[in-house]
Amino acid sequence: MALSNVFETPAAGFNFDNTSRNAALEGLFDGGQTPKPMKTGTTIAGVVFKDGVVLGADTRATSSEVVADKMCAKIHYIAPNIYCCGAGTAADTEKTTDILSSNLTIFSLNSGRNPRVIMAVSILQDMLYRYRGQIGANLILGGVDCTGNHLYTVGPYGSVNKVPYLSMGSGDLAALGILEDGFKHDMELEEAKELVRLAIHAGIMSDLGSGNNIDICVITRQGVDYIRPYQVSEYKDNRKTKYKYRPGTTPVLTEKVVRLKLEVVQESMQRMDTA
Amino acid sequence: MEKRCTDSQVKGVSTGTTILAATFDGGVVIGSDSRASIGGEYVSSKTINKVIQVHDRIFSCMAGSLADAQAVTKAAKFHLSFHSVQMETPPLVIAAASVLKELCYKNKDELQAGFITAGWDRKNGAQVYVVSLGGMLIRQPVTIGGSGSTYIYGYVDAKYKPNMSKEECLQFATNALALAMGRDNVSGGVAHLVVVTESGVEHVVVPGDKLPKFHDE
Repeated sequence: MALSNVFETPAAGFNFDNTSRNAALEGLFDGGQTPKPMKTGTTIAGVVFKDGVVLGADTRATSSEVVADKMCAKIHYIAPNIYCCGAGTAADTEKTTDILSSNLTIFSLNSGRNPRVIMAVSILQDMLYRYRGQIGANLILGGVDCTGNHLYTVGPYGSVNKVPYLSMGSGDLAALGILEDGFKHDMELEEAKELVRLAIHAGIMSDLGSGNNIDICVITRQGVDYIRPYQVSEYKDNRKTKYKYRPGTTPVLTEKVVRLKLEVVQESMQRMDTA
Repeated sequence: MEKRCTDSQVKGVSTGTTILAATFDGGVVIGSDSRASIGGEYVSSKTINKVIQVHDRIFSCMAGSLADAQAVTKAAKFHLSFHSVQMETPPLVIAAASVLKELCYKNKDELQAGFITAGWDRKNGAQVYVVSLGGMLIRQPVTIGGSGSTYIYGYVDAKYKPNMSKEECLQFATNALALAMGRDNVSGGVAHLVVVTESGVEHVVVPGDKLPKFHDE
């Protein structure tokens, strides 16, 4: 059994149980609008530089036209040396990266080795391919391992590409323009961070689905520097009051306590043999 | 991303593509372009690798849906590696082509991927096989595939000669790829060429600006 499939060996074929559940839930809405899944809108980018990989992301999560989360974390932890940016359906990217991270941790414990980026990519590719694009996750995986600095993209249908620079999400074209213009091989750290910042900034300015702050994650042999936020949006709302209410703000008029009648049905005792 | 999957029949990233393979005296040349597209409008990668080494002297070019082709090639690499360990000898090129054919034929309803398998083995020398979308397996001395191949059937039919030298065959393949990339919008980037002979494997990459130019360029 492959060390990487720890929870269970995946069953052959595809598992579409959830589609029948979704169809049943849709019936409950009586022809009205079903809630749309929260998508991250998003601009994410990654760049390989001399000593490692820089990943960047905006922090806006949208639900149709409303900004659902202004400080959403799109750079997910996979392993101490591997991080992943996710675009597409927020729940899918969140859960997929979670499962991947758990599997890799157990693999590390079992095999005694640090996971390699290519392994994370292979596991993701297998999983997304099995689900035929139903998992809407566009991921950028970046990390540093014993074989070097790597940046990969995995698409929702399971296609993989290895690249030196990359952007994904609804703001990817704007970011890609900046990356295509400014990328050079073997950049220094500050150059790389600035390039990624500019790329995400272009995505934020040109795309409605991206916005708010910019997160940056720098991965090198020495360690990880997760700067959240790296750049704060200049359009911040200044709240005039606080939305916290002390206990006692709402007066209690009456109080009634009803005891639940519980009866002991069965009691059993097992002696523990500590000899 | 979904807004880009407009009218292409392939879901997700497609290889677009021009792929070819040709036998010459003593070996085989396999080549492809390097463009991956989504929905026929957006180039998602300019440097995708479509020529995959499935064994020491056997290569396979992919066409169709990139996800399907990568998944099938991964499975084929595993099967071939296992087969060669069991047989204690390098696999035959027909074995590699058959593995791909089995996968494509048995799963023809779900998969959208075609392959050209080419290489050299001790028993039959240089060979080229094509596995089409539905799982047909055929051996040919020269073959082309992918959306860009339609533009170079004439060139290939006119210019291919059996038992060319290695240099002639390389030039033939480079020209064919250049012509196809010049006319097909979903083929482009660099030309990846691999020369497989008994003595070894040689990779040749021709960047876009070094490709041969023709009268109207």
